[in-house]
Amino acid sequence: MTFDVLLFASYADALGGRSLRVTVPEGSLVADVVRVLRALADPGTIPERPLVAVNRRYAKADQELHDGDEIALIPPVAGG
Amino acid sequence: MRTGIVHSRPLDVSAVAAEVTAPANGAVSVFVGTVRDSNHGRPVTAIEYSAYSEMAERELQDIAREACAQFGTEHVVIEHRTGYVALGEASVVIAVASPHRAAAMDASRWIIEQLKQRVPIWKREHYVDGTLEWVGQDG
Repeated sequence: MTFDVLLFASYADALGGRSLRVTVPEGSLVADVVRVLRALADPGTIPERPLVAVNRRYAKADQELHDGDEIALIPPVAGG
Repeated sequence: MRTGIVHSRPLDVSAVAAEVTAPANGAVSVFVGTVRDSNHGRPVTAIEYSAYSEMAERELQDIAREACAQFGTEHVVIEHRTGYVALGEASVVIAVASPHRAAAMDASRWIIEQLKQRVPIWKREHYVDGTLEWVGQDG
């Protein structure tokens, strides 16, 4: 499965863009995509268990992914 | 009236308040968050907000719906600005109307706390010395 993972704020800086294409095997979980992304970023820029949204809802690390899911890596929020 | 939106235009506080005003309501509580000139002692010249807009609006609408259920009102409008916001300008406006003041004021406080915890919006502070930094929740 291939996803264009959405990136924002400090995570976009850490990975050099607003999205990044990631390919993972069928049946992969949120945590698998996180692992791929962290390996591409400088150490310390993305925590081991960052917030992740799938289809615009916060998702747990063990949520299974499906083709067409919209995945976003969410830095610590700071609205207001 | 119950909405939550994110956009890059200057916020019109009076217009947001007017949206929730209704004859059945005896109270309108308006919270305005503005850009402060310093953070932890460091002089700030502006804040640049960015958002995952589609999800941010969804979260804001969830918060508005939850506030209505919890505080017994039907009138909540939340607007959050994105892009470059100058010192003193509003970054967020929350208006809640209710028949009585306690519910309106309590809901307003609850909404801003929820917004700060849940809504995917980020801010980058611009400092007097020309540097920039993404800041966390307490910034």
